Amino acid sequence: MSAIYKREMRAYFTSPLGYAVLAILFAFSGFLFYSYNLSAGDTSLVGVFDTLFIITLLIVLPVLSMRLFSDEKRQRTDQALLTAPVSLTGIALGKFLAALTVFAAGISITLIYGVVIAFKVSPDWSVFFGNYLGLLMLGGLIIAIGLFISSFTESQFVSAIATFAVSFMLMMVDDLTSIFTSNTLVVEAVGFLSVYQRYYNFTVGSIHYADVVFFLSMQALFIFLTVRSLDRKRWS
Amino acid sequence: MLCKGRESKKGGAVCSQAVQGRMIKVDHLTKRYGTHVAVNDISFEVHEGEILGFLGPNGAGKSTTMNILTGYLSASEGEVSINGYDVLESPNQAKANIGYLPEHPPLYLDMTVREYLDFMYDLKKCTLPREQHIAEICRILKIEEMYPRLIKNLSKGYRQRVGFAQALIGNPPVLVLDEPTVGLDPNQIIEIRTLIKSLGRHHTVILSSHILSEIEAVCDRIVVIHRGNIVADSTAADLSRKYSEDRRLTVRVKGPAAETAQLLATVSGVKKVTPLGQRETGMQDFVVEPKENVDVREEIFRRLAERNWPLVGLRSMEMSLEEIFIELTREQPLVPMGKKERRKAIKEAEE
Repeated sequence: MSAIYKREMRAYFTSPLGYAVLAILFAFSGFLFYSYNLSAGDTSLVGVFDTLFIITLLIVLPVLSMRLFSDEKRQRTDQALLTAPVSLTGIALGKFLAALTVFAAGISITLIYGVVIAFKVSPDWSVFFGNYLGLLMLGGLIIAIGLFISSFTESQFVSAIATFAVSFMLMMVDDLTSIFTSNTLVVEAVGFLSVYQRYYNFTVGSIHYADVVFFLSMQALFIFLTVRSLDRKRWS
Repeated sequence: MLCKGRESKKGGAVCSQAVQGRMIKVDHLTKRYGTHVAVNDISFEVHEGEILGFLGPNGAGKSTTMNILTGYLSASEGEVSINGYDVLESPNQAKANIGYLPEHPPLYLDMTVREYLDFMYDLKKCTLPREQHIAEICRILKIEEMYPRLIKNLSKGYRQRVGFAQALIGNPPVLVLDEPTVGLDPNQIIEIRTLIKSLGRHHTVILSSHILSEIEAVCDRIVVIHRGNIVADSTAADLSRKYSEDRRLTVRVKGPAAETAQLLATVSGVKKVTPLGQRETGMQDFVVEPKENVDVREEIFRRLAERNWPLVGLRSMEMSLEEIFIELTREQPLVPMGKKERRKAIKEAEE
């Protein structure tokens, strides 16, 4: 697993991809921090996080996860991985953690903003870390989904678009409740599955075990599905 | 000794010179892709220190079989064990015993040779001294000067060698090489063949190729596979002997057609003369079939010389390995592909 992790990290930063992802995150969050906080004189970083949420979900995470397996298939290097004495879980986990590391490094820029604000006034740390943790949890989930999707295709582009579509749906699924207000079943089902609702709990600074467990188990589920998808190919 | 399908096991035992440990055991292996049968119930064994040539035309099922041996694909039916480890039950132990060079070397183009070999070293959880081991492999394959180069910028020949180097990492007892000389220039081909031969002293090697001379030059034993079936499992010499009972000669003479044919027919020991006509201006070609165990070549020369009809060509029709191969891979009937036959075959297999 560590060999795969190291290689993935290397791959992110020997290609423009890792730099592009970090640049997007830094540029947007920097701009937002300036306009919401420095310029407007607000001490809450919620505005920054809210916009980061949209950017990461729709751009950063699909791009970050698109090449994980599709590139291996295109270059036929999956043959080296799958014939090496490593478990499939190890392979999937190594890749997942590498993408998550890059993402975490990207959103960690907000820590600097927190420190900058702390020089003047103490920010609401529970809201700050709630947002940070929530974004990390959500990012992990989308990366796991992207990892799963990338195991189906040789094309990075297809993988990115499909992950984008899933991300977009997860963002929008809550709006179903406003359409089907009378149908309690739909409302309850959406409420149970809603990723946004659980993410929202983090952003207001209330961290529930149930939400953490939800995100972690969904990540585990998609990593498991990725392993099944890799294994299935051997049989077909 | 020629064997088909199931019987090949017997062949394996007879043909191998060494009766040492059984390194690779393939037992009734079948691979289906949907309705297409890529590998059809093949069995063979490879013993320690043996170099087995896996020969067949393109699409015969060589790569599929190798992919199953190395655990990249799973078999539809049958079992494979490597050095005693079942590929399905203990995949990691089995894989640790194999060095695999696939048809397309699995190279990360964005890495340097050094980084790539380092990565493969980690991936294979190798415990040999890192620097020394990698340097040794690179020395053998002559890629030391390529260390700092990106694989992307290497020529096909060097890429192939880096792929080969990767297979040698960890010094696995079994090497599976899928068409290792494809795309190399003649000098490189000879180098790689010599290398494989020398590796064969300490490793068990399976080598696939559709080039006969290669198999003939390198391998102790040949398994010919065609349309997913084993059509021969034998040594090269045995194959030639079996198929070279043809003792006919082709004769080319500068002389009148009819008279020459008459003359040849009267040579003692000649059973039959078939004129082939004129293939070169003024020359006549004949096929001469001698009686069993009679060498008629000298007599033919003498009689023609008497008449002053120069003998310009005399060739035995003994089959080359190339011709044997063509013969073997042509005669085989197709694997049943119709729906009905397939259903029947599966039913039979299940029973």
